[in-house]
Amino acid sequence: MEGIKVILISGRTIAQGENLENKMSEEYFNAVAICELNEGDMARLGVSADENVKVKTDYGEVVVKAKKAKGYPEGIAFIPMGPWANALVSANTRGAGMPAYKGLDAVITKTDEAVLYITDLFRKYKEEAWKK
Amino acid sequence: MTVVTDVVCPLCGSVCDDIEVEVEENKITKVIKGACAVGKSKLQGHERIKSPMIRVNGVLKECSYDEAIKKAAELLAKARRPLLYGWSSTVCEADKVGIALAEEIGGVVDNTASVCHGPSVLAIQDVGIPCCTLGQIKNRADLVIYWGSNPANAHMNHMKRYSYISKGYFLPGGKKDKKLAVVDVRETSTSKMAELFAQIEPGKDFLLFSAVRAVLMGYEDIVPDEVGGIPKEKIVTLANMIKESRFFITFFGMGVTQSRCRQNNIVNAIQTTRAGHLHTKGAIMPMRGHYNVNGFNQVCTWETGYPFAVDFSRGFAWYNPGETASTDLLGRGECDVALIIASDPASHFPADAVKHLARIPVIIIDPYHNPTTEFADIVIPSAICGIEAEGSVYRMDNVPIRVRKVVNTDYMSDEEIVERILEEVRAIKEKEGE
Ligand code: SF4
Repeated sequence: MEGIKVILISGRTIAQGENLENKMSEEYFNAVAICELNEGDMARLGVSADENVKVKTDYGEVVVKAKKAKGYPEGIAFIPMGPWANALVSANTRGAGMPAYKGLDAVITKTDEAVLYITDLFRKYKEEAWKK
Repeated sequence: MTVVTDVVCPLCGSVCDDIEVEVEENKITKVIKGACAVGKSKLQGHERIKSPMIRVNGVLKECSYDEAIKKAAELLAKARRPLLYGWSSTVCEADKVGIALAEEIGGVVDNTASVCHGPSVLAIQDVGIPCCTLGQIKNRADLVIYWGSNPANAHMNHMKRYSYISKGYFLPGGKKDKKLAVVDVRETSTSKMAELFAQIEPGKDFLLFSAVRAVLMGYEDIVPDEVGGIPKEKIVTLANMIKESRFFITFFGMGVTQSRCRQNNIVNAIQTTRAGHLHTKGAIMPMRGHYNVNGFNQVCTWETGYPFAVDFSRGFAWYNPGETASTDLLGRGECDVALIIASDPASHFPADAVKHLARIPVIIIDPYHNPTTEFADIVIPSAICGIEAEGSVYRMDNVPIRVRKVVNTDYMSDEEIVERILEEVRAIKEKEGE
C-alpha cells in the first residue's frame, strides 16, 4: 500500500513527562509509542485511531499506533520524544553534537505489524548491534 | 504526619521551590500544593531499583554497594575511551566529582545538554546573550514570547510562577497586563492562550527570526509577503508588539534547537532580541529541561573552561562538539566503557548510538529502572536528589537553588557513589604505578 510523505517532529507531552521516570511501564508505552496525525492524513492513510502505522526515514523504521490529533497542519506527524521516535533519527550530528530530532522527512504506511514493547525494541537493537 | 514546606521540585528547569508535602513514616504521602502534575508524580515516587546489581552470564544479580563500586572502578580504570554521560538530574556536588573522575581516567564527560540546549550553549559562546532572572520577568515582562516551546505541557508551572499568568510588582493584573505570543509548528495548549500565534513551517525558524529582525531594524520593505508560512502582516504585528512592550522576553525551546540550522537559529534569535533593544528593553532565555542541566554546564565551565562534551584523553580539557559530544562518540562506535548517571540515553539517543551501548560495558547510577538499565552491566541505585539528598542546582535563569532532603534513605547519594568510584580508581592506579 502507498504511504504518505510527512515531516516528522518529536517533543514532550504531559503523559510522556508524567512517566519520565517510569519508562518500563504500560503507561509510558501507551503515551509514547504513538504517532499523532491530523484527520486528513489519517484518512489518506486509511487508518483509524489506534491502528498501527509504520514510519520510515532514511535512518530507520518503527511501528507505532496512530492517533488523531487536532492542531497539526496536513503533512506533519508527531511522535513524543522517546525510544520509538529515536529509532528514526541519525547519529550524525553535523558538527553540532546534537542529532537532528525534528523536521525529518518520513514516509508513513498502514501496517499489520505489532508495536514493539520497549524490551523487545531493545532486544532487536542488541541483536543488530552484534551483527554489525 | 508532618507537613514540610518550601520543598524544591527536582524535575524540570523551572525548579519550583514553594512546594508543600505531607510526610508520614519517612515517605511523601501527599503533595499539598505547589507542584504541577509532572512534579507531583516525581515527588510521590515510582518503583525503585532495590539493590546494586552486576550482570553475570547475561542476568543482573544483586550485590553489595562495595562490590558494584569496585567493579565499576576496575572497568573505568582500564578503559581506553570511557564516556561519562548524564549529570543533569543530579546536584552540582556530584557533577564536580564526576568531572574529576573523567580527568583521572582521561575520559569524555558530557551532559544531556548535548541533546537539548547544546546548540544554545554554542550560540551563547558565539554572540553572548542578553539575559535576566525569572523574577525580573515576572515583575517586568509585559510581552512574553514562547518560541518552539510548549510550557503548558513541558514546564507546567512556568507561566504561572514566572511569566504570562504570574502577577508582577509592576504588572499587578497578571495576564490582564501582559501579552503572550507563541511561535510553533503545531497548535499547543500554550498557543491556544496566545494573543498572537504564528504556526510556522518546520525548519523555517531562522528565516522568521531574520524577518522579525529586519522589521525591528527598520527594513520592513525587504520582507517578502510570506516567510515560513507566516504572512508579512503577522510578522509586522509581532515586531510591533516587541517595539511597544516595556520589557519583552523570548523563551525558546527544543523546537528551535533541534530543528534545521540549530545553533544558528539561536544566534539569530539572540540578535533579534538585540534588534529589539533599538526600541525597548528585553531578554531571551533557553527553556532548560532537567532541573540541573544548567548546573552541570556551570560546574563544567568553572572546572574545565568548557560547558559540556569535554574530552580529557589528551591529558588536558579539549572541547569540540561534533567530535566530543556523546552522540558523536557513540555513533562512531568509539567508546569502550560508558558510565551513565541520572539520565537515560537509551530512550533519548538515536538508535545507532543506542546500539553501541549494547556492545560495551555500561555502568548506570540512577534511582529508577529505565530503558538504559536494559543495557547495563553494573547498576548502582542512588538516593533521589531533592527528596532523599540535598545539594545545589541551577535554575534555567542561572539562579542557584539548594534542593532539600525531605526524607531519610539507605540509598547512597550520587555524590558519595562517584566519590567512592574515584577513590577506588585512584587506588588501582597507584597500585599499577608501584
Ligand atoms: S514546573 Fe517543573 S519544577 Fe515546577 S513542579 Fe512542575 S516539574 Fe516541578
